[in-house]
Amino acid sequence: MIKIDLQVLGTLVSLLRKDGFRVLGPTVRDHAIVYDEIRSYEDLPIGWTDEQTNASYKLVQTEGKSLFAYAVGPHSWKQFLFPPESPLVRSRRTNGSMELSGAQQAPHVPLAFFGVRPCELHAIAIHDRVFLEGPFADPWYKSVREKLFIVAAQCTHPGGTCFCASMKTGPRATQGFDLALTELPKGLFLVEAGSQRGSEMLTKIPWHPAEPEDVNEAERLFSAAAASMGRVLEPDGLQQLLYANLSHPRWDAIGHRCLSCANCTMVCPTCFCSTVTDGTDLSNTEAQRTRLWDSCFTADFSYIHGGSVRPSIRSRYRQWMTHKLASWVDQFGTFGCVGCGRCITWCPVGIDITEEARLIREQTPEAQPTSQ
Amino acid sequence: MPEADVVLDTTVESHFIPRPFRVLRTKRETHDVFTLELKPEDGSPLSFRPGQFNMMYVHGIGEVPISISGNPAKPETLVHTVRAVGGVTFAMRSIHRGDILGIRGPYGSVWPIEAAVGSDLVVVAGGIGLAPLRPVIYEALARRQQFGKLILLYGTREPEDIIFEKDLEGWRARFDFHVFVTVDRAIGSWKGHVGVVTGLLPKASFDPANTLAMICGPEVMMRFTAMEFLKLGVDPAQIYFSMERNMKCGIGLCGHCQFGPYFVCREGPVFPYPRLKQLMTVREI
Amino acid sequence: METLKPILSQHPFFKDLQPEYLELVTGCASNVRFDADSYMFHEGEEAGHFYLLRTGNVALEIATPDRGPMVIQTLGEGELIGWSWLVPPYTWHFDARVTELVRAIALDATCLRKKCEADHHLGYELLKRLTVMMEQRLAATRLQLLDVYGTNA
Repeated sequence: MIKIDLQVLGTLVSLLRKDGFRVLGPTVRDHAIVYDEIRSYEDLPIGWTDEQTNASYKLVQTEGKSLFAYAVGPHSWKQFLFPPESPLVRSRRTNGSMELSGAQQAPHVPLAFFGVRPCELHAIAIHDRVFLEGPFADPWYKSVREKLFIVAAQCTHPGGTCFCASMKTGPRATQGFDLALTELPKGLFLVEAGSQRGSEMLTKIPWHPAEPEDVNEAERLFSAAAASMGRVLEPDGLQQLLYANLSHPRWDAIGHRCLSCANCTMVCPTCFCSTVTDGTDLSNTEAQRTRLWDSCFTADFSYIHGGSVRPSIRSRYRQWMTHKLASWVDQFGTFGCVGCGRCITWCPVGIDITEEARLIREQTPEAQPTSQ
Repeated sequence: MPEADVVLDTTVESHFIPRPFRVLRTKRETHDVFTLELKPEDGSPLSFRPGQFNMMYVHGIGEVPISISGNPAKPETLVHTVRAVGGVTFAMRSIHRGDILGIRGPYGSVWPIEAAVGSDLVVVAGGIGLAPLRPVIYEALARRQQFGKLILLYGTREPEDIIFEKDLEGWRARFDFHVFVTVDRAIGSWKGHVGVVTGLLPKASFDPANTLAMICGPEVMMRFTAMEFLKLGVDPAQIYFSMERNMKCGIGLCGHCQFGPYFVCREGPVFPYPRLKQLMTVREI
Repeated sequence: METLKPILSQHPFFKDLQPEYLELVTGCASNVRFDADSYMFHEGEEAGHFYLLRTGNVALEIATPDRGPMVIQTLGEGELIGWSWLVPPYTWHFDARVTELVRAIALDATCLRKKCEADHHLGYELLKRLTVMMEQRLAATRLQLLDVYGTNA
C-alpha cells in the first residue's frame, strides 16, 4: 500500500491526459455532483458534501478540502459505456438495392473514469455481464470497455440513502479497478493497484510507503462507513420472497404512489433497457436506426398488438423491483441492485426500495427473521 | 424435462446490422395476413430450426419479430407469414416483389421435435399461430416414420381467416396426418366444424401417456388448450407453447421481452409448459 | 322400447346410470333419423325432445338478417343436443341443421319431465350429467365470445 498527496494526485490526472485518455470524474454542476471531463484535481468537488434522503438531494459546501466527501449523484458511469443515444444502423436505398451498415462509431479517445465508488465498480461489472457475457455482445461497449482506465475511490462517506454494505458491494472494493484511492484526512490518499496497467502507472508517480497508522485509519473509516449506511436491505431469501409475493397487496400501495416517471431507471447504474427509433431523410433514401435508453416504466414498453401487457403502474413498478432483486439473479447470477440509493433519492415521491422489500417481508405470513 | 434448445449462429460478426433480403413473391392469405418469400442478396441461405424468428426491418419504418414459416429443409428461400397489426406490418403489406427488407436472425428457442420422436405429436394452432408451427409440420412430415400419430388441430375465427389453404388440403389428403379445422363461427355454407379448438381434442385420438403437444396461438387459447391436455392425462413437461412479447433487439439486450425471469427472445419463444405455469397465473407480468 | 336399452347404456351421456333409472329413461326413448340438409328443429319451436347423436353431424345456427344463418357450434357423434326441454318455456333457441345424415336417440321431453318430477333421484342423475355438458359448452362459448383471434387494432 502506498501513499500520495494532493499534488501527486493531480499529476496522476495529468499523466492520464498525456497518455491520451479523456478523464471523466465528479464535478459540481446544477447543484449536483455530475460526471464530466476533468482537467486537473481542481475540477473535482473540493470540500463539497451532500445530504440525501427520499426525494431529496442537497449539496453543501464545507470549509474542508476533501475531494470525495459525498455519495453518488444523479449521474452514473453507464452513460459513457452505454450512451443514452447512439446510432446503430444506417440503411441506404438506391436503384432497387439496400445498403445496410453499422452506424456505431468506436470513440476516438479512450476513457478514464476517476473516482469510481465500489458500488459503481459493481455496477460496471454487472453491465459487463449484460453487454459482454451473453450470447450476443455489444461491440461498441466492448471497444470502449477494453480501453477503459478506472481509478476507484474507496468510499468513506456513505450517503443518506446508501446500502452498499447490505448488498456487499462496498464501502470498499478489492477488484475491478486499475487504481484505487482511499482519501485520508489532511489531503493524503492511500493508493493500491488492481491491474498491470495500474501498477505501471504507479511507477511514473512519486509516492511514499503507507504507514501502519495510515492503513489503520483507513480501516477505521471503512468500519465507520459500513456502520453508518443510510439504509439497510436484507438480501437473504429476497429473491424467493419476491417470487412468492407477486400478488402482495403492497404492490397496490406502491402503485398508488408511483408516477411511472422513470427517474429511477435513468439514475440507476445497472438499468440497461433500450429501444430503437427510426428516422429518414426527406427523400426516404437514407434511414438511420438509433438506440435510446428506455424504461420498463413507460406505458408501451410491453406493447404487443392490442395493448400493453403491463398497463397498470402497479405492475410496472413490480416488474422493475422484481427484476432488480429477483429475476436478475436468475438471468445474470447476481442482484441487479448495488445499493447506491440513487432510486430513493431521485424518486419524486420518495419510494424506497429497501422499505418496500422490508414491508413485503414483514407482511408475509411466514415472515423471515432478518439476520442482525 | 426436454429443454427447448437455443440455437445460435455465431458466425455473424454483428447482430445489430440487418442483412438485405429481396422479396421474390408475396401472397395474400386473408384480408390481414400475407406471406412473403425472400432471398438473401448475398446468396447465403438463412438456416433455421422450426420455432425461430427473425427481426424484420422495413427501411425507415422499423423492425418487428416475425416467426419463420417456411420449410427448414429449403433455407434458400426465406418465408415469413405476417399479420398486419401495426405500423411496420402495415407497411410490409404494401411490399412488392423486388423490394428489399432487412433481416436479423434466426433467433430464439426451437420446437422440441427430437423429444417427440417415438411419441404421438399433436400440433394445436390458433389463428396466425399456424405460421410458427408450419416449419415443424413440414419437418415432421419429412421424417414421418419417426413419430406415432401426427395430428393438427387448427382453430381460427371464421372460414375467411383460414391460412395456408393449399397446405391444409394437401395435409388432409394424407392418410398418416389427421387434420381437424374449426372456426369460432361461420356462415351457413361452411361445412366444417364450428367451436373452440379445445373442443377438437377429444375427437383426435392419441395416447396421452405418450404424446408431445406443440401449441401456438393467442395466450388465452394456449392456456385453455394446455388445460385440456392436462385433463386428458398428458404430462405437463410434454406440452410446449410459443410465447410472444414486445421486442426491440431480439438478442437479449433491450429488456423489452422479459416474461418473469425469461427473455422471450432467448429462453423462448418456445417454452415447456412447466416453466410458464406459475407465470401464467400472474396478471400483467 | 326394449331394444334401445343397450344402445342407451353405451352412450357416453348415460354412462354409469343405475339400471333402474336407465329403465325409466328407455321408456321415453325412440330411434330417429334425419336426412342431410333437413332441420331437426327451429328456433321458437317447442322443445319436445332432446337428442343423443349416434352418428352424423349437426350445425347449430342462429339466423341473422345481414349474414344469413350463422353457425355457432357443430356437434357430432356421441354428443347431446338440447337442454331447453328442462327450462321453461321449453322452446328451442336456435336452429339445428343436419350437415351429415343423423341417427339419434330422441328422448321425449314431456315423458322424461314427468318421470323426473315423480322420482327426484332420476332428475338429479340427469341434471348431474346435463350440468357437466352445459359447463363445457359455456366455457367453450365464452372462449368464442372473447374472439381471441380478432385484432384489437
